[in-house]
Amino acid sequence: MKMKLTTMALTALMAAGPAMADLVFPSLSYRTGPFAAGGIPFADGYADYFTLLNERDGGIGGVMTRVIECETAYNTERGVECYEATKNEGSLVYQPLSTGITYQLIPRTTADNIPMHTLGYGRTSAKNGKVFSHTFNYPANYWDGASGAVNYLLEINSNDISGKKVALVYHNSAYGKEPIPTLEALAAKHGFELLLLAVDSPGQEQKSQWLQIRQQRPDYVLMWGWGVMNQVAIQEAANIRFPMENFIGIWWSGGEHDVMPAGDGANGYKALTFHNVGSDFPIYEDIQKYVVATGKAAGAGDQVGSVLYNRGMYAAMLAAEGAREAQRIHGVADITPAMMRDGLEALNMTEERMAALGLPNFGPTFTATCENHGGDGLVGVVQWDATAKTWSLVSDFKSTDQDVINALIEADSAAYAAENNIAPRCN
Amino acid sequence: MPDTFFFALEVTLNGLMAGVMYALVALGFVLIFKASGIFNFAQGVMALFAAMTFVGMQNGQIPFAHLINAVFGTNLHYFGWTLHSLAAITLTVGVMILLAWAVQRFIFRYLVGQEPIILFMATIGLAYLLEGVADLMWGADIKKLDFCLTDGTCLPQGINLAIDEATFNLFGYGFFIDNLDITATIVAIILVAILVAFSQYTKQGRAMRAVADDHQAALSVGVSLNFIWILVWSVAGFVALVAGIMWGAKLGVQFSLSLIALKALPVLMLGGFTSIPGAIVGGLIIGMGEKLFEFFIGSAIGGATENWFAYVLALIFLVFRPQGLFGEKIIERV
Repeated sequence: MKMKLTTMALTALMAAGPAMADLVFPSLSYRTGPFAAGGIPFADGYADYFTLLNERDGGIGGVMTRVIECETAYNTERGVECYEATKNEGSLVYQPLSTGITYQLIPRTTADNIPMHTLGYGRTSAKNGKVFSHTFNYPANYWDGASGAVNYLLEINSNDISGKKVALVYHNSAYGKEPIPTLEALAAKHGFELLLLAVDSPGQEQKSQWLQIRQQRPDYVLMWGWGVMNQVAIQEAANIRFPMENFIGIWWSGGEHDVMPAGDGANGYKALTFHNVGSDFPIYEDIQKYVVATGKAAGAGDQVGSVLYNRGMYAAMLAAEGAREAQRIHGVADITPAMMRDGLEALNMTEERMAALGLPNFGPTFTATCENHGGDGLVGVVQWDATAKTWSLVSDFKSTDQDVINALIEADSAAYAAENNIAPRCN
Repeated sequence: MPDTFFFALEVTLNGLMAGVMYALVALGFVLIFKASGIFNFAQGVMALFAAMTFVGMQNGQIPFAHLINAVFGTNLHYFGWTLHSLAAITLTVGVMILLAWAVQRFIFRYLVGQEPIILFMATIGLAYLLEGVADLMWGADIKKLDFCLTDGTCLPQGINLAIDEATFNLFGYGFFIDNLDITATIVAIILVAILVAFSQYTKQGRAMRAVADDHQAALSVGVSLNFIWILVWSVAGFVALVAGIMWGAKLGVQFSLSLIALKALPVLMLGGFTSIPGAIVGGLIIGMGEKLFEFFIGSAIGGATENWFAYVLALIFLVFRPQGLFGEKIIERV
C-alpha cells in the first residue's frame, strides 16, 4: 500500500511538473562473438523487463525507462569503451556482464559516482560495502557458489563428506580460479580431498582432464566454466560415463545452451543457481501480453523463460527496484546515479515484494546495507532433464558458510583498500 | 604392469586421436597454401561456416531469417522440413563451392601478384566477414550437430566399449577411446586417400599440382589459374566441412568452432605448410606431445599446459627444421 501511494504521489508529481528525462539503464551486452549464445538471452531479458515497465506501468515512478545497449563482444577493452561512451547519458547503473570489465570499471564507477551491479560475477570481495562503495554483487557471489556446492554435497551425504574426493574442473583464468581458496578452506573444514584440474581457454580440448577424472575417480566434479568449455566438459563427462547427477556446474555453466549439444548424455547434470528457472511465473503472462505479442521484444521472443533470459530479467528487476527505492529515499522521480547508488544500498527484497512483481519464489530474499553489498549468499541447485529439455530446482535457496566466506572477503577487500588507499566507510 | 604405465599409454593413444582432429583442420590450410601461397587465416571460420550451413540445411532453417524478419516485420524461422544428412552435405558442398567462387571473383582476382602479407591480410578480412555472414545467416545460438546415415546410424560419441572390455580382459585396465575420435581417424584416412588420388590421377588434380609448383609455367601450358584457385578453395571448403562436422559433433556448432584454427597452427609449423602427410604426422606429434606433457609435467605445474606446449613443441622443431618436417626446402640461387 505504502509503495502504491509512493508511486501515485510520484506519478502526480511528474504530471504536474516539467517534462523529465528518461531513467537510463545501459546494457553492456554481447550479442556477437564466441560467447554470444549466453549474451543474447541475458540482454533480451534485461531489455524486455524495462519494456514491460514502460508499456504496462508507464515506467518507474512515472518516468519512462530507456535501455542503451552497447556491444562489448565480451571484450574488456570494448566494455570500457562502452562505459566511457554511455556514462554521460545519465546512466544510472552498469551491469558489465564480465568479470574482466568489472575489474576495470570498479575504480572508474567509484570516481564517476555511478553504481555498478555485478549479479553473480565480478570481484567477490566487492560484497564488502565498506571498501567498495559503488559496487553491488547481490544476491550471491562466486564464493557463495563454492560454499553452496559443498553444502549441497553435505545435504545429499547426510552432512558427512569426509574422505570424499571432489574435483574442480576450472577455466584457467581469474574467473575460474575464484572458488579455489574457498574450496580449499572448506576441504580442510569438512575433510574432503580437493583435486584441481585447469582447462586452458577456450576449452575445446579437455581430453587430458577427463582422462584424469576417469583414472582418479572423484566422487563429485564441480565446474567453473564459461563458453565452449561448458559444452565440451559436459560432453566429455558423458563420454567417460561419469554420473551426471554428481557433476555440478557454477551458474555460468548451467544454461540450456550448455547442455543441449550433449543431448541425452547431459541428462541429470546439475548447476548452482541464485534465481529460479522456467517461465511458470505470473510476470511471463505480462511479458507475453505487453512485450512479445506487441512486437516489442528485444530479440525474436524465443529466449523467454530460458535460464539466462531469466537472469537478465532478474538483473533488470533488481535495478528497477533500486531505482524505485532511490525515488522513495530522495522523494524525486528523476533520480541521479548517486541517488541510484543509495537506492541499491537500501534494497530490501522480500518474498512479498517479489510476489507483487509477479515473481514469487524467484530469487532469495535479502537486504542490502552499507556494509553488505552482496546479500545473504543463498544458493540453490537446478537439474537438467534432457527428455523434457527443462531445468528444475532440486534444492531450494539455502545459506552458505558465511564464516569462511566473510573471513576471505575481509582479507581480500582489506588488501584492495590498502592498495588503493581507501578509508573504510559505514562507521 | 602398473596402472600408471597403462594410463600413460591411454593418454598417448588419446593424444594421437586428438592429433587427427587437429590434422583435419590443418589439411585445409595446406591445400590453399600449396596451390596459391596464401596462408588462409579464414580456414577456421570456413569450418564454422560450413558446419553452421550443414546444420541449418538439415534443420530446414531459413537463412538470414532475423534480417528478413527485421526488414519485413515477418516472423519466419524454419521452412518446416528437415533434410537427410547426405542431402544437407551435398547442399553445403554447393554453398562452399559458391563461396570459393565468390572469394576468387571478388577478392583474390584483384590481388594477383600482391605480396604474401597482403594476401594474408585479405584472408583476415575474409575471416571476419564470413563470421558476420554466418551470424546473420544462421544466428548465434549453439546448435546440436547430428550426422546420421539412417535413424540408428549416427556419428558415434562416447567410450568404445569393445576396446574398454578387450583391454580390461588383457591388461586388467580398460582403455578409454572415444568413438568420435575413431571415426575421425577413419574419415581422415579416407580424406587423405581421396585428396592424394585426386591430385595424382585426375586432370584437375595434376593441374593443381602444376600451379602449386610454378604458376607461370602452368599458365604457359594453358592451365587456367582462375579455375584452379576456385577448385582449390572449393576442396579446402570441403575439408573445412569435414573438420566442422567432426569438431561440431564434439563442441556443438558455435562460434568458438572458428578457434580450432589455433590448434592447427602448431601442426602446420611442425609438419610444414605444403605437405598433406606433414599435416597428418604433425597433428599426431602435437596431439601426443601435448597430452604426454600434461600428464607427466602439467599436473605438477598447475595444469592447462596443452595450448602453449603445442607451440613450444612446434618451435623446437622449427629451430632445427624451419620448413617443417615435410615442408619443401626453398633454395634460391643467384
